[in-house]
Amino acid sequence: MIKRSVGEIVFDIFNVLFMIVFMCVMVYPLLYVVLASISNASDLMAHRGLLLKPFGFHPESYVQVFKNPMIVKGYLNTIFIVVVGVTISIILTSLGAYFLSRKDVMWRNAVMFLILTTMFISGGLIPFYLIVKNVRLINTLWSLIIPQAINTFNLIIMRTSFASIPDSLEESAKIDGANDFTVLFRIVLPLSLPIIAVMILYYGVGKWNEWFYASVFLKNRELFPLQLILREILLQNSTSDMMTALAQGDKEQVAETIKYATIVVATLPVICVYPFLQKYFVKGVMIGAVKE
Amino acid sequence: MTVAETNKANLKNAKLNEVKTASSFTQRVIKDFKRNKYLYLMVIPVIGFYIVFHYLPMYGAIISFKDYNPGKGIIGSEWVGFKHFLDFFNSYHFWRVLRNTLLISVYSIIFGFPAPIILALLINELRNKAFKKTVQTISYLPHFISLVVICGMITDFTSRGGIISNFLVKIFGFPEASLLQFPEYFRTIYISSNIWQEVGWGSIIYLAALTGIDVQLYEAAKLDGANRWRQLIHITLPGIMSTIVIMLILKLGSIMNIGFEKVILLYNPTIYETADIISSFVYRKGLLEFGWSFSSAVGLFNSLINCILLISANWISRKLTDTSLW
Repeated sequence: MIKRSVGEIVFDIFNVLFMIVFMCVMVYPLLYVVLASISNASDLMAHRGLLLKPFGFHPESYVQVFKNPMIVKGYLNTIFIVVVGVTISIILTSLGAYFLSRKDVMWRNAVMFLILTTMFISGGLIPFYLIVKNVRLINTLWSLIIPQAINTFNLIIMRTSFASIPDSLEESAKIDGANDFTVLFRIVLPLSLPIIAVMILYYGVGKWNEWFYASVFLKNRELFPLQLILREILLQNSTSDMMTALAQGDKEQVAETIKYATIVVATLPVICVYPFLQKYFVKGVMIGAVKE
Repeated sequence: MTVAETNKANLKNAKLNEVKTASSFTQRVIKDFKRNKYLYLMVIPVIGFYIVFHYLPMYGAIISFKDYNPGKGIIGSEWVGFKHFLDFFNSYHFWRVLRNTLLISVYSIIFGFPAPIILALLINELRNKAFKKTVQTISYLPHFISLVVICGMITDFTSRGGIISNFLVKIFGFPEASLLQFPEYFRTIYISSNIWQEVGWGSIIYLAALTGIDVQLYEAAKLDGANRWRQLIHITLPGIMSTIVIMLILKLGSIMNIGFEKVILLYNPTIYETADIISSFVYRKGLLEFGWSFSSAVGLFNSLINCILLISANWISRKLTDTSLW
């Protein structure tokens, strides 16, 4: 091993220090939200500047959040969209990916062209809305499931992964009389569990965080997913229906902590599963990066 | 044999060949369908999806040249030619939204594009494996937080008395008010929060490219007495150059497609001057004010420019660096 020069040592120290500062910048906003959510509302309002520890421990705001029927309903709607949506997306994406990964199909390139074209050309938001309206999906939860069922990027990632499975396995299955459905469900999918995990996470996080199409397609408040309720609370400042019982003066103060508590409640599921699944996420990006 | 006869014979042969290839083509199609019938059965719902939700909207974009009337439908509405395009080009909004779209994009590329590359290079230089892993885990985290929450946090931190605006008031003497009320700060807020959220995630692809560089190159360079800076310039950077170029083409190709959802969540009428971009304009005019045809025309204009940019970026890169998307 060659000895490190003075310059290199200085660089290494600087680099580590930089990374520590960098991590603080990444984490602090999230930490602030958690600390603020359990703080005493009036102390928090009076406070200026960084918050390093909470003002007391006041989980009341969480109680308020869970008492709100809209948040509970939003949670249920979101869970429905995620569970049903991800299932449908995975099935459709693997059907398409399997077709595109076969080498001896005549129309494969034509289908590939049909699909890839949509990555570069689109009809735009308004015609898309009109089509979804014409197929009568507007104002149903299906409008958040069917029209975005296949993500072309994910389809390509999955196809790349399927194509890397040795042909000999499928050939021997075919000789034993298996058809393509059997090959896909009995051989290809069981061998692709890591990539399916990636897909579940990509589609799942996307659907969990989705709000824009929900705001466009849904008119009925009963159907609103969690993110739309969050938008009302965070950005349109309507915490009012959670605090009808409170005195007027307290409202503004409690509104702040309720906001933070809502953020925590809505983000926690994603943050909790994230560390366990991190290696899969990263794997997905790497497969996607493989060029043809 | 005379020339005419030869020609005649050739013609006959050619015709025969044609018939032969045509029949063999249909035969091949039939044979292929028979052999792969289950495969085609599988792909039908997928093709159906793409036709209904991607190609029908492309067809529906013809309402840009019509006066769309919900009662008459897409086909029945009357043609008006380029009226909506001309209305847009002549309107006061045209230059404003075009300028805002381009400025946000260009600044995003200038500041946002190098950030994940630099981060990846610095992470790559870390020696302690556990520390490296921690930095990566933490830096990917913000990517998974929903946009609504991110924008809620931005609004809160930049509001009067929020931690960011409070800091700026104390250090730089900013006026004590919500930063989102000032048109001049919108771009900075938009771009810096984007970098915060995506820098870690964006670095993954470069880290992947970095692991692909042959270790022997570094060993050879060390023997030749190259220090780490020289190794960076002569081995590391050339090693990830093709990834950088591909990512840059993709960025240039989506200049007109800024994340408008974030703009919609953050902007308000007082800062339309800098915050309103083409796609947020389309959203407002079309879905909130029901100017279907007009906003569809604006959207079509947007995707047309985008397509041209992508194709030219790809062409330039192929000429200059031999790296291209297609």
